[in-house]
Amino acid sequence: MNANIILSGVGGQGILTIAAVLDTAALNEGLYVKQSEVHGMSQRGGAVESHVRISDKEIYSDLIPQGKADLILSVEPMELLRYIPFLKNDGWLLTDSHTFVNIIDYPERHELYKQIKLFPNHIIIKATNVAKDLGNSKAANMVLLGASSTLLPISEESIRNAIRQLFEPKGEKVVNLNLVAFESGINLAKKYSEFVF
Amino acid sequence: MRNLVLGNEALAQGAIDAGLSGVYAYPGTPSTEITEYIQHSKTAKEDHIHYNWSANEKTAMEAALGMSYAGKRSMVVMKHVGLNVASDVFMNMSVSGVNGGLVVVVADDPSMHSSQNEQDSRFYGKFAMVPILEPSNQQEAYDFMQYAFDLSEEIKLPVLFRMVTRLSHSRSGVEFRAKKRKQNPIKLPEDTRQFALIPAYAKIQFEKLVKKKPVLIEKSETSVYNRLCLSKRDKSLGIIACGIAYNYVMENVDEDKDFFSILKISQYPLPKKKIKELYDYCDEILVVEEGYPMIEEILHNYFDENDKIKGKLSGALPLTGELNPNMVGNATGFFHDKPKKLPNIVKGRPPQLCEGCGHTDLFNAINTLLPEIGNKKVFGDIGCYALGALPPLNTINTLIDMGASITMAKGAADAGLENVIAVIGDSTFTHSGMTGLLDAVNEKTPITVVISDNSSVAMTGAQDSSAVGRLESICLGIGVEPEHLITIIPLKKNHDKNVEILRKEIWHKGVSVIISQRACVRLSRDKKEEIKQKIASLN
Repeated sequence: MNANIILSGVGGQGILTIAAVLDTAALNEGLYVKQSEVHGMSQRGGAVESHVRISDKEIYSDLIPQGKADLILSVEPMELLRYIPFLKNDGWLLTDSHTFVNIIDYPERHELYKQIKLFPNHIIIKATNVAKDLGNSKAANMVLLGASSTLLPISEESIRNAIRQLFEPKGEKVVNLNLVAFESGINLAKKYSEFVF
Repeated sequence: MRNLVLGNEALAQGAIDAGLSGVYAYPGTPSTEITEYIQHSKTAKEDHIHYNWSANEKTAMEAALGMSYAGKRSMVVMKHVGLNVASDVFMNMSVSGVNGGLVVVVADDPSMHSSQNEQDSRFYGKFAMVPILEPSNQQEAYDFMQYAFDLSEEIKLPVLFRMVTRLSHSRSGVEFRAKKRKQNPIKLPEDTRQFALIPAYAKIQFEKLVKKKPVLIEKSETSVYNRLCLSKRDKSLGIIACGIAYNYVMENVDEDKDFFSILKISQYPLPKKKIKELYDYCDEILVVEEGYPMIEEILHNYFDENDKIKGKLSGALPLTGELNPNMVGNATGFFHDKPKKLPNIVKGRPPQLCEGCGHTDLFNAINTLLPEIGNKKVFGDIGCYALGALPPLNTINTLIDMGASITMAKGAADAGLENVIAVIGDSTFTHSGMTGLLDAVNEKTPITVVISDNSSVAMTGAQDSSAVGRLESICLGIGVEPEHLITIIPLKKNHDKNVEILRKEIWHKGVSVIISQRACVRLSRDKKEEIKQKIASLN
């Protein structure tokens, strides 16, 4: 078993939290993990990515080769498309529909959705809206993680435990919010047929 | 048990477990998390390991050498360009040698993710004639530390520990398997002449250093970290892979260790015999190294320039930017599908200053004045405010090295350019700006120095700044005239007032210093309070 996942978004959108949950869950299942991340200058409102690799054997490269990603999980639609060169032929795309516009030449968002829909394996969900309804738009990352759960090599229960483990220092309320967000994501993906905007 | 840690954190834990007594550092991407890990470590606190930030890399390295002089194990940590700042002591402490183990950790940044160049620190190690260790994964980053300190004490030299961004900032499960070693007691050098490099003693020391080379090479020949595996199946290609580059080779051969002959290098100086063995065994040699083509050059030197050696110089791999598995795949002849094209619709998203950042208000004030003072006169420095060189602000015209804003402004003013401005951060100012300001004050050079003071080392994650509460007294001490030392608060509501103050000082025919003071928006309320209290206690 070998899973290559690219997480993408804009600095500050919480992709490193998704990475931390995945890493922790995988390690708790006794699997090997490598996860590269971006620190420093690019974190300031720029494009950020994290490569997460999970395997039952030793992993060498910290970077996923181009054309080898099983899943690109993005918290922002344009940032999803930035990593298309990494996608495997039968790989999956998963993104929040919510755009983060902090540049003047940001494309028309419907054009972005159209481009994503050109790939057969895609899921576009309104994760930020769902998280807002739950009380905190920041939990959009856990909604997305939930929506990806059937595509991951780790069990949902391991992920729930990892969420509990990581958010525990922030208190019961935060743990529960994130767990509920995760469940909402699972349900959204189950019901998903087509993104309509 | 495996602990999920960054390469930087694995290294730091390795140092603690190796009996570290002190870490000295100035923050710099990608090295920062090493010192931060030790700062947050319970063991470090209990064992009284020194871990406060230093003013710059040179003061840090000298302090580490002092701790080694006293017999204890010390570590100094920096990014690659930090070694330029510390190079004076670095080049001389290989001549003096060390007493307690001393490890110099330098994190290179190939591809310049957060740097202004991609210099390769291995050249410094070669230049200073010290051993270099280069781990290829997180577990090795941990394991090598014990060995690094032992080696340093055995051969009485500092050891250079080279990291690169991708290893520093990649997490993996790491076993902290060493039994924690006790710290050394204080034990002064048997003969202090080794550290007194007046010419008479320096000559003796330098000869000792040069004579250590064969010993160091022999260490590399027998090191378990330099592993040669000769393939029984295929003699067409032999690969020399160092540090993290080894991973990209293994990724391509898909763990089939017998696919090609591979010499993994993690300890320098190079093991010449092992290299010769690989060279004689294979038809062609490919060198895969992250950074400059150092080994490839040395190989050309060993075996006369010839076509048998491939690498960055031959064009098999690119000379700039970091390596990745695809590039190495191409160079080793593995077929990869052509990756999908990046959709045209994707636009660049460069980093930018945070919402509400004080630097932005400062730049807006300066920009208001540009039509009257003229363009291309703002000299910048290293920090978040360097983003002022990008649209939409376009305020800053230069960025070279720590402190260069003030001194370049001075040189331009000496050339006759009027109304020049230097913009420098508080921490960059205490790192390397103060001496340049003294030059300007001594000559009454007409420049305006704006210290954009956010009370932290913001770019690397808001570490403590040595400048907190001290800027005014430093400037006055250096000799800035009190009437030309003015503090402003960069806020929208103060815009007109700030423009007026700046205008007056920019037209002043002497040195003016404007402290533009507002804490970084990323600091927590508690941290801001802590800074307030520190300032109050200093006044």
